[in-house]
Amino acid sequence: MSMNEEKKEFRPLIVAFCCNWCSYAGADLAGSSRLSYPADVKIIRVPCSGRVNPMFILRAFERGADGVIICGCHPGDCHYSTGNYYARRRMALLFSMLEYMGIENGRTRVEWCSAAEGAKFSKTMNEFCEKVKSLGENVRLGDLRCKN
Amino acid sequence: MQELINRLKELIADGTVVRAIGWKKGDMPYNPEPAYFEKPEDFDDFVYDGFCGANLSKMMIEASKLEGKTAVCLKPCDTYSFNQLIREHRVVRENAYIIGVACRGKLDIEKARKEGIKGIKSVTGIDIEGDGEVVFDTIYGEKKMAYSDLMLDRCHVCKGKDHVIFDEVIGESKDTDDADRFEEVRKIEKMTPEERFAFFKSELSKCIRCNACRNVCPACSCRKCVFDGTKFDSQQKANVDSFEEKMFHIIRAFHVAGRCTDCGECSRVCPEGIPLHLFNRKFIKDIDDFYGEFQAGKDPEAQSPLTDFTFDDLEPKDAVGRGE
Amino acid sequence: MQKIGVFVCHCGTNIAATVDVKKVVELVRYEPGVVFADDYMYMCSEAGQEKIIEAIKEYGLTGLVICSCSPRMHEKTFRACAEKAGLNPYMVEVANIREQCSWIHKDKEEATKKAVILARAAIAKVNLNTPLQEGESPVTKRALVIGGGIAGIQTALDIADAGYEVDIVEKEPSIGGRMSQFDKTFPTLDCASCILTPKMVEVNQHPNITLYTYSEVEKVSGYVGNFDVDIRKKARSVDFGKCTGCGECQTKGPLGKIGNIPSEFDRGLKNRPAIYMPFAQAVPAVPVIDRENCTYFKTGKCGVCAKICPSKAVDYEQQDEIVTVKYGAIVVATGFDIINLDKYGEYAYNECPDVITSIELERLMNAAGPTGGHLERMSDHKAPKEIVFIQCVGSRCDDDKGKPYCSKVCCMYTAKHAMLIKDHWPDTNITVFYIDVRTPGKNFDEFYRRAVEQYHVNYIKGQVGKVKPQPDGSIIVQAADLLDGKQINKKCDMVVLAAAIEPNPGVRKIATMLTASIDNNNFLTEAHAKLRPVESPTAGIFLSGMAQGPKDIPETVSQAGAAAVKVVGLLAKDKLKTNPCTAQCDTLLCNGCSTCANVCPYGAITYEDVQVNDHGLRETRRVAQVNVALCQGCGACTSACPSGAMDLQGFSNRQITTEVDAICR
Repeated sequence: MSMNEEKKEFRPLIVAFCCNWCSYAGADLAGSSRLSYPADVKIIRVPCSGRVNPMFILRAFERGADGVIICGCHPGDCHYSTGNYYARRRMALLFSMLEYMGIENGRTRVEWCSAAEGAKFSKTMNEFCEKVKSLGENVRLGDLRCKN
Repeated sequence: MQELINRLKELIADGTVVRAIGWKKGDMPYNPEPAYFEKPEDFDDFVYDGFCGANLSKMMIEASKLEGKTAVCLKPCDTYSFNQLIREHRVVRENAYIIGVACRGKLDIEKARKEGIKGIKSVTGIDIEGDGEVVFDTIYGEKKMAYSDLMLDRCHVCKGKDHVIFDEVIGESKDTDDADRFEEVRKIEKMTPEERFAFFKSELSKCIRCNACRNVCPACSCRKCVFDGTKFDSQQKANVDSFEEKMFHIIRAFHVAGRCTDCGECSRVCPEGIPLHLFNRKFIKDIDDFYGEFQAGKDPEAQSPLTDFTFDDLEPKDAVGRGE
Repeated sequence: MQKIGVFVCHCGTNIAATVDVKKVVELVRYEPGVVFADDYMYMCSEAGQEKIIEAIKEYGLTGLVICSCSPRMHEKTFRACAEKAGLNPYMVEVANIREQCSWIHKDKEEATKKAVILARAAIAKVNLNTPLQEGESPVTKRALVIGGGIAGIQTALDIADAGYEVDIVEKEPSIGGRMSQFDKTFPTLDCASCILTPKMVEVNQHPNITLYTYSEVEKVSGYVGNFDVDIRKKARSVDFGKCTGCGECQTKGPLGKIGNIPSEFDRGLKNRPAIYMPFAQAVPAVPVIDRENCTYFKTGKCGVCAKICPSKAVDYEQQDEIVTVKYGAIVVATGFDIINLDKYGEYAYNECPDVITSIELERLMNAAGPTGGHLERMSDHKAPKEIVFIQCVGSRCDDDKGKPYCSKVCCMYTAKHAMLIKDHWPDTNITVFYIDVRTPGKNFDEFYRRAVEQYHVNYIKGQVGKVKPQPDGSIIVQAADLLDGKQINKKCDMVVLAAAIEPNPGVRKIATMLTASIDNNNFLTEAHAKLRPVESPTAGIFLSGMAQGPKDIPETVSQAGAAAVKVVGLLAKDKLKTNPCTAQCDTLLCNGCSTCANVCPYGAITYEDVQVNDHGLRETRRVAQVNVALCQGCGACTSACPSGAMDLQGFSNRQITTEVDAICR
C-alpha cells in the first residue's frame, strides 16, 4: 500500500515566466552550477517581466497549472529600466484579486532574481514547489474550470 | 425636468448642438432607456426621473464622431466616466455639450420587487424635484416606499453631488452617501478562503456571458474585446469552457483597474444580479491601500496607478496574505 | 502549416547522460508541424550545423527547433546557420534542455519527460513564428551637445576630433560652465582656468564644432540617427560679425565698469553692466545685452553702448532666431548648480553676508574674482581669521528638505579650500564639521590627509545645529562633537557651506523633449547603471557629466570621452540595424487610449490620426504607431494594452499563450 501511495505522489505543474536578462540567465547559472530543483518547473522565456500579461497567468491556471511564478530583474536593474516596476504593480493587484476570490495565495509568486543568483533561483524554485505541493492539486481553479 | 427639456430644445434651436442624448420613456414607468433627441417632437418622450440610472457618457464615444456638437445629460458620477474617456482620447471634448443634471440618488426596481411590489401601473414621487416617498400604483392597489430605501446600492456610496466636468448644470443635486464604499469588500476579505471561494463560485456560476456588463461599462470601451479577438486564442467558442467566464470577469476587472470610476453600471445591468462591482471595488481598494488614494476620472491629467510606479512600491508577496 | 525540423543535441554526455535523446526525437516526431526530427552529438559543431542545413534543403523546412543548451549560448549560432540555408533566422527556437533540464535533474525518466515538454513548447511556438526582417534607418552624421561646461566641451572636442561635425548649445553667453568659476582644482591644485580656457578656445576654433551660445533647445523630434532639433538663438543685441570683443561697451557704459546688476558669474558678489561678457576669457568674446535690465530696452533712452562701440556692432533691433538642424545623436551635458538654501534658516545664509557657499568662496579666492583674490568678509572687507566649513548642507538628507544622495565633490573641495587658505594666510584657523569624510579616488585620500596632517585643519565629526551671527560681527557655530560627545560653540568670522549639488533645473524640460528618463532627483537615468552608464534608455541620447549624477572633474572628463566614443560609434554607421523583435500595433484594434505610450521607456510610441478601413467602415482613428528604430522590444506596452492591439514580434501573445498551453497539456 505504501508503494502505491508513493507512486501516486502528487507532482505539481508549475509554470515559471522568466525575463531574458536576469532570471532566465539566473536559471542558466543554476543549471551550470548543477543546483537542482524539481522538474515540475517549466520555464517560459519572456523579454521582460513587464511582458507577462495577466492573461498568460490565468491561461496557465485554466489549462491546469498548480502554481505560476514570475521572475524578473531586481527593481532598479530592469534591462528596460522600468518593466519590472509595472510588473510589480500588476502582479500585486492580480494576486491580491486571486486571493480575494479564495485561490490560495501560495500558488502565485513573484521573485526578483539576478543573473548572478543561480543559487537563489534554485532555492526559490525548491521552496515554491514545496509550497504548491503542500497545497495539492489546484482544485479551486479546477473547480472553476467546469460548471458546478 | 421641463427646464431640462426646454434648455435642450433651445440648444438645438440656436444651433449650439445638433442633437441631445438623454432618456426616453420605456414600456414600463421604471425602465426609461437612453436615446437620441433631434427634433422638437422627439422630446415628447423625454424623461428624467429617479429611474434614469443609465450612465450616458459611453454613448459619447460614437456621438462625438458625428457632425456637429451633441448635448449629453450627465449625472455627477457620470462626469467621472466622461473625464476618464477624455483622458483615453475616446471622446472629443469639443464635440460635447455637457449638461450636468441633478441627482439625488437613482432607484432600483429590484428593491421594490423584493418588497413584493408587483403589477406596477404607474409611479409617483420619482421626479427629480420630489423627495421623500415613492408611491406605486399597482393592480393590487397603492404601495409606498421611502425614496432612500428604493435607491441603488451604489447611490449609498455616492462619490458626491458635484459634477467634475460640465458646460452647465441644471438643478440641485444631493449627496446620498450613507454607507462605507468598501464595506462589502471588507466583509469578503474577512471570510475564510473557503468561504470566499464558495461565494465567488456561486456568484460567477450564474454568468451567462451575455456581455451586458461589458457593453454598458464606460471603461470597457475597446473597439474589439480581447475575448472576441484572436490575439490570445481566447475568443469565445460555441461550447464555452466555463473557466473562460471566470477569466473573463477577472481580466475585465483587471483591464479597467485604475480606470474604473466605480459607476456601478456593471452590477446594475447584470440580468443575473451578479455583484460585479465587487471585483472593481477590490481593485480600487487595493490601489488606494497600496499606492495611495486614487479616483479615476477626477483629474483627467492624473496618471493611472497601473501606468505608474514608485521605486519602493509594495512587493506582490506583501500584497497577498495580509489577512493571515 | 509550418514544416518544422527538430534537432536534439547530446552535448556529449551533458544532455545525453540524463535525457534519453533518442526517445525525445521519437516523441516529438509526430507533433503538429514537425516533418523531421533527429539527434546529433554536438549540434553547434560544424558538422552539426551541416546536418541542419542539409535538412532545411532536403525537407524544405520552414522552422527549426533546436533542443540544446540555453538560447543565451547558441541561439545566434543556430540563427546564422538557418540564414546560411536561406531560412529566415527568426524561424528558429531553442528548447533549453541542458541548463534547465539535464544539468539539474538526476532522474532520467523525469528529465526526458521534461525535455519533451520543453521541446513541445518550442515546437508550438515555431508554428506561430513569422519571418522577421531587421529594419534599417539612415544616420545623420552630426551630433548635438546640450551644455557647454567641461562635460560638453570635452564630449564635443572628442567627437569633432574623430571627424564628425558637432554643435554645442549653451544657454549662457559663454561656454565654460561651472568649472570656469572655480579657482583651483583638486587634487593637483592647478588653476581651473589654466586648464579650461585652452579647451574653450579649441572648441571655438575647431573646424568641426559650431557654437550656439545664448541659445536653447526648443523642440526635438525624430529618433536615433534622425533627430530634428529647433534651437532658439536668443537675440544677443550685438552683431557677431562686427564685434571685435574689445570690451569698450562694458567699461564705458553709463555706469562704467561697476554695473548695477548682480553678476551671475560672480554669484552676486560683484555687479555687472547690462551689456556684458560673463568673464574676461569668455568664449565667444562677444558681449550680450541683458534686455531685462538694459535702460534702453526699459525706457527707450540711453543707447550709450551703441554710440561708443568702435565697430558699430550693437544692434538693438536683433530678433531671436530659430534654426532647425538635423542630428544623429544628442548628448545631454546640462551640468549642475547648488541647491537653494532658503529652507536652511539654521545656517543663516540669507541673514549674514559672511556665511557663504563654497562656490562663492571659489570666486572670492580667484585672482580674477570680485576681490582680486583677497579672501575677505563681505560685511567689513576684513580678512577672516577663524573659518568654519560645514559639510553636507542638504546632502545625504533623509527628509524632504534636502537631497538623499552624497554630492561627492564637497569633501575634496573643502580640503582644497582649507589648504589654499592656509597656504596664502597661514595664521587662519580652519575647522571643518563633517558627517563622514569621503575621499575615494586617485590621490584623493593623500590630499585630504595632507590637509589634516600638514596643514593642521581641525576636522570635527559632528553636525551643526545652528549658525548664529553676533552683533559684534562674529559668528557662533553651535555643533555637537560626535566623537567626544561634547557640545561646541565655535566662534568664527566666516562660515562656508558645502551646499548640495543638484542637476541644472532646466534639465527636466530637456529630458521631456528628448523622452529621456529622469530619476526622482532629476538626474538623467542611464540605460544600464553598470553596463551602459553614458547612454540614456532612449536610443541616440547620451549622458555626460553631472547631469547623470554627482561627479568630479576627472570623472566628468572620462565620462565625456566615453559618451563621445558612443556617439562616434553611432555616427560611424551608415545605416542602423533595428531589432526586429519590436512591438507592433494592430490599427484595427487600437483604441487610441495612450496607455501603452505611458509605459514605454523609450518614447517609441506616438499617436497619429490614420484612415482605416475596418471591414468596410472607413474612418479616421487616433492609433498608436511604434517607431521600430526606438523600440527595444521589452513588451511593456503589450501587457498594458487592454484590447490586445499591441503585440510583440518574436514573443507574441499567441506565441506565449501557446507555450503555456503546450506546457500545461
